[in-house]
Amino acid sequence: MSTDPAPAAARADDVLRLVDPAGTLDERAAAGMLDVTGELVRGLYRDMVLGRRFDQEAYSLQRQGELGLWLMSLGQEAAQAGSIRALRADDRVFPSYREHVAALCRGISPTELLSQWRGASHGSWDPERYHFHIYSLVLATQTLHAVGYAMGVRYDAADSVVLTYFGDGASSQGDASEALNWAAVTSAPIVFFCQNNGWAISTPASKQYAGPLSGRAKGFGLDAVSVDGNDVLAVHAATRAMVERVRAGGPPGLIEAHTYRMSGHSTSDDPKRYRDHAELARWEAHDPVERVRLLLTARGWADEDYFATVASDAEELATRTRGECRALPEPSLSDTFRNTLCEETEALRREREGFETYLESFL
Amino acid sequence: MTTTATTTTTAATTTATATATTATLGRALNEGLRQAMRDDERVVLLGEDIASLGGVFRVTDGLADEFGDRVVDTPLAESGIVGTAIGLALRGYRPVCEIQFDGFVYPAFDQIVSQLAKMRARSRGLLRLPVTIRIPVGGGIGAVEHHSESNEAYFCHTAGLRVVACGHPQDAYDMLRAAIACDDPVIFYEPKRRYWDRAEVDLARPVDGDTLGRARILREGTDATVVAYGPTVAVALGVAEVAATEGRSLEVLDLRSLSPLDTTELCRSASKTGRVVVVHEAPVNVGLGAEIAATVMEHCFYDLEAPVERVGGYNIPYPPARAEGDYLPDLDRVLDAVDRVCAP
Repeated sequence: MSTDPAPAAARADDVLRLVDPAGTLDERAAAGMLDVTGELVRGLYRDMVLGRRFDQEAYSLQRQGELGLWLMSLGQEAAQAGSIRALRADDRVFPSYREHVAALCRGISPTELLSQWRGASHGSWDPERYHFHIYSLVLATQTLHAVGYAMGVRYDAADSVVLTYFGDGASSQGDASEALNWAAVTSAPIVFFCQNNGWAISTPASKQYAGPLSGRAKGFGLDAVSVDGNDVLAVHAATRAMVERVRAGGPPGLIEAHTYRMSGHSTSDDPKRYRDHAELARWEAHDPVERVRLLLTARGWADEDYFATVASDAEELATRTRGECRALPEPSLSDTFRNTLCEETEALRREREGFETYLESFL
Repeated sequence: MTTTATTTTTAATTTATATATTATLGRALNEGLRQAMRDDERVVLLGEDIASLGGVFRVTDGLADEFGDRVVDTPLAESGIVGTAIGLALRGYRPVCEIQFDGFVYPAFDQIVSQLAKMRARSRGLLRLPVTIRIPVGGGIGAVEHHSESNEAYFCHTAGLRVVACGHPQDAYDMLRAAIACDDPVIFYEPKRRYWDRAEVDLARPVDGDTLGRARILREGTDATVVAYGPTVAVALGVAEVAATEGRSLEVLDLRSLSPLDTTELCRSASKTGRVVVVHEAPVNVGLGAEIAATVMEHCFYDLEAPVERVGGYNIPYPPARAEGDYLPDLDRVLDAVDRVCAP
């Protein structure tokens, strides 16, 4: 039995692909979906390179003991950059916990992204400022929050759209099914974006479900498409089309992006125990960043200077990330007492004061 | 927000214009919801069968007629009810969820304890989650399994939630409105065997946030304090009545707020009488009574004349309906406990 379902799915006929691994653009398929310009492709390329470099730096920081844990996004850059760049700034995003590339695209700083994994907070950015909710660690819970939020958007007669990220493992959670059903029943303006990265820690997608997720979504009454998740243009085109259909009042939708987590699930994971080198090698040939570099070069949309500039920006981001990570302030337990409820109750205040008095006794 | 404003003629709404009226606890809740929805158009109701049916206990009767799509008949999915309420709250709404029966809240457990309760602290105080979760609680109505449970201890154990229980019609009205106006998540317990209890209710009372966190002395006494909440408030008052005929003066404290506990009022009464009996329907084992007994012991040790007694459910699953009379704390079991704490 194959434990490697995603490459097959990514090659299937009904999976949208615009750029192949050799960097060749399918002009006919792209026509009518996307105005493929040098500017668009350069922007997406930059997002992916910066995102990958950031992820790599965070990984190193964890190995050096600066982060308690890191969940790598290596290999999923196209799925994230392509989708988030298809949204309007006021479209609301409910991420899972691996959406670092998408978060960076939204302007969330390295410090804000690393804080949670350094143990300095449980969620450090302001969701209102970035229209990007804090990470959700219990799988699929955020899909329901996203549906509720989308119901509110509908109540407000606003025209923004909600997009929620989840994975192939999360799709097995009851909350994911409840959310798909609920969204369909309420016609909520929402797009479910599944990054099917092939593995839920050590469990392959083939053991996670038997029918394709896109088919399941259609069964619930949603619009659904499958895309090659390592093809940033295909992801971008599919998400744009889906978001605009939903914005125009169409049924909620689901995008299944077939991608691959090229690293472990987290820094605590050892992927060598459950998948072989050949599988990784097959997927390295599908690298989402490389095919865009080839496309840019082939079209003459970018020269060596451009690539050097992006690489240098990435190094700068890495340096900034490292410095800011180490400068993250230590959290204060007193603040948690104050933030547990909107108003600190008498009981919380008493407990906080007791804790503070205890601390002071050591001075 | 679009609403369908129509003239309602249902029995539940005919008294809405009167300020003081006699109402059942269920009706008081209905009026509380109606007033909250009139006061704030961001209040929306989510639950199973709450629109045209008005809920299985009819607490939302007639509200869909007045407020249209602000009363949402949800899919049959409790995690979805709470999860989408969280999303609505993040969008600026004030959702009020109805869980059909106490025993059905467990599918929503993660959304309540890991998501709803924690999100404010996780966001370092940036997010507000004004979600009220109404749960009909407890036994005594001859129901089948999963329809008579007292699960307050689970939620009281979770920081970030307020847990309250109303015991009579006026409190039902006042506390529900305060819960909806509160910016924190509130688990709101409704004692289902008291839905039909009737009393004077003043519907003109303004929202008072203090209602939510304060215990209240319902009857003054000097010999012992009987602490109760929700369905056992009436039991405690009955006990005090009978004890009085035997020459014993009992103070009855309605906790109202289960989390946080009003320890000030609890300890004041415990110190005054020196003797405490806690009465609740939930199993005594690791129940709220243990917290109350420990609190009283910790703060009132030198004023106590006897160990704190707890009267509640046994450490078994809620029994079949025909045996619930033996399971629920009744007059005799509470009076026995009063005798024990009052023994010289």
